[in-house]
Amino acid sequence: MRALAGVEDEEKWLAEGIAGIQHNAFFMHRALDANNLREVLKYSALMLSELRTSKLSPQKYYDLYMRAFDQLRQLEIFFKDESRHGLPVVDLYELVQHAGNILPRMYLLCTVGSVYIKSKQAPSKDVLKDLVEMCRGVQHPIRGLFLRSYLAQVSRDKLPEIGSDYEGDANTVMDAVEFVLQNFTEMNKLWVRIQHQGPGTVREKQEKERNELRDLVGKNLHVLGQIEGVDLEMYKETVLPRVLEQVVNCKDKLAQYYLMECIIQVFPDEYHLQTLEALLAACTQLMPTVDTKIVLTQLMDRLSNYAASSPDVLHEFLQVEAFAKLSNAIGKVIDTQLEMPIVGAMTLFVSLLTFTLRVHPDRLDYVDQVLGACVVKLSSVPKLEDSRAMKQVVALLSAPLEKYSDIVTALTLSNYPRVMDHLDDGTNKVMAMLIIQSIMKNDTCISTADKVEVLFELIKGLIKDLDGTNVEELDEEDFQEEQNSVARLIHMLDNEEPEEMLKIIYVVRKHLMTGGPQRLPFTVPPLVFSAVRLVRQLEAQGGNIAGEDVPATLRKIFQILNQTIEALSSVPCPELALRLYLQCAEAASDCDLEPVAYEFFTQAFILYEEEIADSKAQVTAIHLIVGTLQRINVFGVENRDTLTHKATGYSARLLKKPDQCRAVYACSHLFWVDDPEGIKDGERVLLCLRRALRIANAAQQMVNATRGSSGPVTLFVEILNKYIYFFEKGNPHITPSDIQSLIELINTEMLSDNGNTTIHSDPFFSSTLRYIRFQKQKGGVMGEKYDSIKL
Amino acid sequence: MNFLLGAFKPACNISITFTDGKNRKQVPIKKDNGQIVMNPLFQSQETIAGKIHIDPYQGKKVEHNGVKVELLGQIEMYFDRGNFYDFTSLVRELDVPGEIYERKTYPFEFSSVEMPYETYNGVNVRLRYVLKVTVTRGYAGSIVEYQDFVVRNYVPPPPINNSIKMEVGIEDCLHIEFEYNKSKYHLKDVILGKIYFLLVRIKIKNMDLEIRRRESTGAGANTHVETETLAKFELMDGAPVRGESIPVRVFLTPYDLTPTHTNINNKFSVKYYLNLVLVDEEDRRYFKQQEITLYRLKEETS
Repeated sequence: MRALAGVEDEEKWLAEGIAGIQHNAFFMHRALDANNLREVLKYSALMLSELRTSKLSPQKYYDLYMRAFDQLRQLEIFFKDESRHGLPVVDLYELVQHAGNILPRMYLLCTVGSVYIKSKQAPSKDVLKDLVEMCRGVQHPIRGLFLRSYLAQVSRDKLPEIGSDYEGDANTVMDAVEFVLQNFTEMNKLWVRIQHQGPGTVREKQEKERNELRDLVGKNLHVLGQIEGVDLEMYKETVLPRVLEQVVNCKDKLAQYYLMECIIQVFPDEYHLQTLEALLAACTQLMPTVDTKIVLTQLMDRLSNYAASSPDVLHEFLQVEAFAKLSNAIGKVIDTQLEMPIVGAMTLFVSLLTFTLRVHPDRLDYVDQVLGACVVKLSSVPKLEDSRAMKQVVALLSAPLEKYSDIVTALTLSNYPRVMDHLDDGTNKVMAMLIIQSIMKNDTCISTADKVEVLFELIKGLIKDLDGTNVEELDEEDFQEEQNSVARLIHMLDNEEPEEMLKIIYVVRKHLMTGGPQRLPFTVPPLVFSAVRLVRQLEAQGGNIAGEDVPATLRKIFQILNQTIEALSSVPCPELALRLYLQCAEAASDCDLEPVAYEFFTQAFILYEEEIADSKAQVTAIHLIVGTLQRINVFGVENRDTLTHKATGYSARLLKKPDQCRAVYACSHLFWVDDPEGIKDGERVLLCLRRALRIANAAQQMVNATRGSSGPVTLFVEILNKYIYFFEKGNPHITPSDIQSLIELINTEMLSDNGNTTIHSDPFFSSTLRYIRFQKQKGGVMGEKYDSIKL
Repeated sequence: MNFLLGAFKPACNISITFTDGKNRKQVPIKKDNGQIVMNPLFQSQETIAGKIHIDPYQGKKVEHNGVKVELLGQIEMYFDRGNFYDFTSLVRELDVPGEIYERKTYPFEFSSVEMPYETYNGVNVRLRYVLKVTVTRGYAGSIVEYQDFVVRNYVPPPPINNSIKMEVGIEDCLHIEFEYNKSKYHLKDVILGKIYFLLVRIKIKNMDLEIRRRESTGAGANTHVETETLAKFELMDGAPVRGESIPVRVFLTPYDLTPTHTNINNKFSVKYYLNLVLVDEEDRRYFKQQEITLYRLKEETS
């Protein structure tokens, strides 16, 4: 009937109801003022009759109820004062039951009952028991709910709980509990019943209406949670089983969900812990449509927080084997609720994991067990596509990382990578990044090859292209970010023990080599440097241990290095490869491994010749080569000659004259190593410098020819500096007169260049001259050398 | 009518007082014209005694052929109004023929009067007790005065008082089991019980318990039955589900009930029934009627 009515009609009915209440309340108040009991009862019953309406939605009915409720407060005050109505309360209790209609009768009875308890003329428990029993007469769901809610309200402060004024005999708490439980049970039945009334078409509306009413039912649980004197024993034996029985038996998803939520929120954590079994058993018996996962999640969250609240409670968790029980229950729920989406299962696992990490941080096997269960679940479904589920899995995998702040722990979890396998590529990468970030943040050092192997297995999404990944989709910046992270990660792999370190390098290399041309430029350098570091470490120890196999190890490392870098050249990325070769060469040199160093150089030269075509790159490369070669002292005369010859040769063949010039004078250093044992071939140094001068001259002329004016004298000044350097180092072939003439040359050039008076316009040159003057003035050995130079 | 009465003004005023009239309990009785008057209450085996005053008007003298007082127990059927059937009739002669000049008082006494039946005011029948004073005169017509009194008889609680328990139903539609704690209730009693719903396939709107009185008069073919509903007490609001048990608690005090009367002097019977009525949403009524016996229990306080 109500379902068909419009909102306007409802407003009208509500207005009528309110008017009816006000009208009768007016007469009731008059009777109250006159202390006329008979009239009071008559008009109060009439007033309450307005609540008999079936036409209002719960919300509107509530409005009406509240108005009647206010009036009932006045009535209660009147009933309380026996002098006003002249009747003992026990008689009053009978008198109000003469009312013909049940609803007004029950409201009046509850009101008088409240007074009756207050008067203490009868034990609270008896009156309450009578009231809660008599309320059965109202079977209409909404009217019944409100009536019982009224009963709950007026009785709230009159329960015979411990410490209250109405405390009864030894069983007093039980009586209070019994009363609330019964009222709760009946209210829940009424609440559930709404669902089954009316045609199916209004089901949705009914559900909405029921949601509005749920707190009336839930309030009973709050009261239960607050009754003084309910100890664990009673909770375990009576309260919880009774409540759960009602929850399970009502077979209503709305009620089950809401009530489970209530139970979890209302009662204390330690009770939950001690009754975990019952609670979980109930969870598995809920309707399949109930969102059990949220219920369980809430429970676990609460328990987790409880565990976190104080370390003292942890032993309780152990005592009750909380983990095993939760784990079991979740398994059951997931098994039985086939319709639960995968995201639900994942959410459950996340909660369980969070719980485990909080409560049993030391039990890695538990964590692994959770992950294992997760794997099983994931394997049972096709590849994950639900992004929410994916998020949950990421959360699941991140949790241990955060907790242990030590990836090493996570690496020991055998199921960890198996879970990761179920992620899609994108998420897999995100997860891999998370892992790397965790390592970085905590500065964790991964020190065994096995762990490295596992780790790389985990982050393989970053290491290589997975099947089916569309390379073009990759965002360049993201890619670089990822690869840089991998590069950083490589530096975190370290072990003091060379052999283990070597293994690590092997492992890393194995994985990195699968990365393909795009990744290698990012990942090879850190690997190379890592290996070089190992080399240096070995070398440093070499003097001490000097075992036979040490060179063997070294040689192996260099082999790997060679192969690794070779891979780069195929990318192609010759500049980088060249640099790395040179690094290796230097390392080899430090280890006194001439052939190896030579080989590296050869590689570098080949690269230079074959791959590096860009002139700028060539310049850079030449300088690198020269620099490295200069420092290397391992070569024999022959090898060295070959290499230096090559290097000078390349220098002279550079495209631009200034570049040529600079390269050539740089080569001069190849013949003069400022080192007691270093080569000191002054003649060839001079040759190089002269050649550089020639080239500088040629450059100057070219500029003159093309622009009509000579270029800056920078090149000359640079060469002058080289002269001075070698002069100071004691190269016998560099004489003061050479320097003298060079200075003059520069001066001439500058004059012809500018044609004006500003002689010392070039700051570099003037600084150089100032230096010479300074040396002269300083005196001493150096000063004497400079004596012959005239400025 | 006063002027007419004035014309045939009775020569004297007759009044009747009971010996313990001031202390005796008075109970309200509804008269024919709807007025409620208070009448003294007696029970069987009581002695009914008092005084009768005859007061002539203004020094008139009343000549008479004798004065008597009668105690009558009468049953009056409404279809036969004015015609009383006397089941009890006792007479006391108060005076021999003569003349009364001034106020004269006659004491009277009916000792240990057997009054087996209670006063009863029904729909079709009335049972009453009355004192009738007659000043017999010849041609001038007798002067008569009546004084009603009420008789109520108290009985001890019945030794056997079984509960009423019964399962009723309509197949595949509604099955209930009801229980009333007793089959015999005194008039201030309270009916306790419960209704247990075994099967509910109809949409019940509410459930009432009615108290009905069945008054049957006459005998044989002329039996006339009148049923009244004296109380309608809502037991349940809304539709119960299977397994629900609804408490019954009905106080009888507020209702105007009499004891059950069975075959009073072969003239009439009064029976009481509890009628359990279930009303569904289409306002169809389903009911089950059970007879209960009502009796008058001696009140402690009176």
